[in-house]
Order: sequence, then structure tokens, then C-alpha cells
Amino acid sequence: MTIRIALIGTGAVGRGILEALAGKDLGIILTGVADSRSGIVNPDGISPSEVLRRKKETGLCGDASCNAEDVVRNADYDILVEVSPTDAGTGEPATSYIRAALSRGCHVVTSNKGPVALHYHELKQEADKAGVSFRFEATVAGAIPILHTLLESLGGNDVHALYGVLNGTCNYILTRMAEEGLSYRQALDEARALGYAEADPTYDVKGIDAAIKLVILANTVWNQRITLDDIDITGIDLLTEEAIRLAEEQDATIRLIGEMIPEKQLYRLSPRIIHKDHPLVVQGSLNAIILRTDLAGDLVFSGKGAGSLETASAVLGDITFIRDRYEGGN
Amino acid sequence: MQVSMKLEVRDTPGQLVAALMPISDVGGNIKTVIHEHDFSSDKGSLGVEVVIEIPPERLDSLLSLFQERGITVIRFGEERMHYQQSVILIGHLVHTNLGDTVDRIDKTGFAEVTRMSLAMPAIHERSSAKCTIKALSREHMDKAIEILRDVSRQKDILMIEPLEF
Repeated sequence: MTIRIALIGTGAVGRGILEALAGKDLGIILTGVADSRSGIVNPDGISPSEVLRRKKETGLCGDASCNAEDVVRNADYDILVEVSPTDAGTGEPATSYIRAALSRGCHVVTSNKGPVALHYHELKQEADKAGVSFRFEATVAGAIPILHTLLESLGGNDVHALYGVLNGTCNYILTRMAEEGLSYRQALDEARALGYAEADPTYDVKGIDAAIKLVILANTVWNQRITLDDIDITGIDLLTEEAIRLAEEQDATIRLIGEMIPEKQLYRLSPRIIHKDHPLVVQGSLNAIILRTDLAGDLVFSGKGAGSLETASAVLGDITFIRDRYEGGN
Repeated sequence: MQVSMKLEVRDTPGQLVAALMPISDVGGNIKTVIHEHDFSSDKGSLGVEVVIEIPPERLDSLLSLFQERGITVIRFGEERMHYQQSVILIGHLVHTNLGDTVDRIDKTGFAEVTRMSLAMPAIHERSSAKCTIKALSREHMDKAIEILRDVSRQKDILMIEPLEF
């Protein structure tokens, strides 16, 4: 079974997808690729390794006379794979690309949080109307297949609560503060040096990134209509090393935990005192999630929450799911 | 009221149940039973720690029932504040009147701050404190934490709560 995709975005996630496609035969034919300055379309298929080579050598994935919009509107594809660098606050340009693909009757897979957090219900409705799939596994907890698990595998369960470590940067900082006795500032500088934190870390350390993931989970899995304003958010930027020492006196530590109990309308992201043996106490930049369900009991997941190939893994899972469910994408 | 007591019962089959029977006979509610295996007695008996909820006026009848049935009460005490939780506060704790912060919990009557460790790295820097709170019941604990949340908001203190589940 094969399926045709157009890939928008060749940053870390796009590169991971191209590397995976170059390395193994997944029955996925690339018919269009675009980055921020160029694009390429070929209905007969484009070689992923060729795109990677060209990008490395010239900085462009394709032809400068073609752009992302051309690829979205004109390429022959079954699935638009939308992984462009996008402002999570406005959801653009990803949302426009997604809308354009859905209106063409194409499936969409995205790794961008903005469009899902801001416009999920609308986009889902457009996808349903067109009889296509809109999937976004990579938006929450990177490589951990949490959305598929919640939406498909746990279909017969009532999932009462979700607790999670949903931001690798914060978890890295807190782990280093606990392990090495670093101050918040020192741990943040180290995270920056290693590329775990952005030059402007506000989005991570103030808890916004993790809170957006709670919004996505609540709206897509629990069919809520919440926004960032409905979440009680406290970041880690005001934590002191003394606070971590005090937690350690009782064999505990501090981690940034997302907590949601939709039936009580409880949505909270805050640093919490948590026992060192608790399954949510994962090290470094890992993510972890616990689900509390009526039939399956408690389920624990942990894994890499970010990274090029790890995020590509989630995107490819969505693509192969559509490939198999829609038999060739149609 | 909540009472904790330690009972001594004979180490023979059925004795544990026999010891607990009088509690329900007088309308008491057993909250926890802890069997002490390492309790040593040359009389071949066992130590059992129980926490019960009982109307105060029935306590005397319970104690006489125990006596009638040959069960020895080794220790007995009222457990007022049974629920315990620790939170960490970060901020200008002393300058925002730490005494008042603690007082807001203590004056509720249903909860109190029983221990506090304070770390003050330097003058003008934010300090961190771990407060252990005890409360009469789970609900009272939730109320006490809610009060502390409000106080923290007013005084610009970051309160870190435990994740309990």
C-alpha cells in the first residue's frame, strides 16, 4: 500500500521525516516539499535523500520560484504533512496550509501545536465534511503515542484524569537543580548550551508550552472547548534551589506537572512536590504521562518529548495510520 | 472525635475480630487497623493499633466493653489532626509577615502548621519554607490549602503543593 505526501517544513521535524523516509521503505511517496524559501513538486516522486543533500548544500530544499503555498495548492498528494515553523500564538502559517489542504479533500498530519490548540473543532469539522483525517500526534509529548492511545486504544474507557511531565526543557532544568545542586539560572544556562532551551526560554519555563498541550488534550480527547486562559499556569522560573533541598528532606523532589480532571473542570500546570519514586519523576528531558481510567486502571508512559527522529516517529505513525485506514489515502 | 489506641489481644484465631467488635457495637467507625507483628510479649499476645471515629459520649462504654472482654488498652489518645501535608512557600516570606501567614491556618481551628523549615539565602533574596500542616479531615486539609493559596496570591508567594495520588 502506498500513499503520497507533501511535506511543508524542513526544520528539525521535517529533516527527521526525510531521514526516516530515506532510510526505509514505508510505502510513502513524496510528491512535494517546501521550506520557507523554496519548493519542489513532482507527481512521480521526489527522492528524500536528494532533498536532504540539496538542503545541506544550498540551504534550499527546492526551487526558489516555488513556495509552500504552491506546493499546498498544486502538488498531487493524499496527505499534507505540515511541520513548518509556526507561531504557536497565532497558529500561522500552518493553519492556512491546513485549511487549504482540507478544502482540497486531502488528509492532514501536523506537528504544530498552534492550529490544534486554537482551531481544533473548526478544522476537525472541515476534515469530517471532506471525509478525511486530521491528525496531530506529534503535538503532545513527542514520541509518546498518547493521542492515539487515548482516542483509539482506550476507546472503551472513561479516562478520569491525566497527569504529565509535558515539557522536556523544564524537566531537564529541574533534574539538574536536584542532581547537581545548580541554581535555576545555572541549570537554564546549561540547558541553553546543550540546545534544550531556546535563546528566549519564556515559552517553556513559564509553562505555556506544557499548558498548550493540556488544551490540545482537553479539546481533542475530552471534547472540551477550553483555551489557555482556562488553565491555572505556574512556571518554574521562580523556583529556588532551597525549595528543592526542602523537598528532598522528605525523599521528594519538584517537577512541573500538568494535571487535568475534565469532569471537575480542573486544568492545572504547576511545580509540585512529588516523591522521588513516583513514576512521573523521569530524568533529563524525558516526558511522562499517567492516565487514570475506569477499566484499564492506571497507565504510565514515558519517553522522549522532543527531537528530530522522535517527533518524526509520531508524524509517521499518523501517516501510516491514514495509509492503512483509507487504503491508499482515498 | 477521632481516637487512636493500642490494644493488646491474645494471639489466637478470632481474637482480632473479637477485639474490634466492641467498636462497632457502640457505633464507632474503624478508620485504620495496624497489626504489629513485632510486638513482643511473653503472654503470647499481639499489639494492634487502631484509629477510630466515635461520638465522644460513647467512649466510656467502649472502654468498659474492652475491659469486660479482657482486652487491654495499652495506649489511648485523641487524634485531633490526623491528616498531614507539606507545602513549600517561596517569596519574601518574612517581610510579608510569616507569622500572619501561619496564623491564617492556625486560627481556622480545623488545621494548624505544626512544623516549618526556613531557608534564607541572603538578605533581600527570596526565602523558601517547608510548612507541614495537620488537619482534622481530608476536607479540612483541602480548605486549609485553599486558604494558603489565597494568602500566597495576596502576598505574591509561590506555593508548591504536593502531587497526591
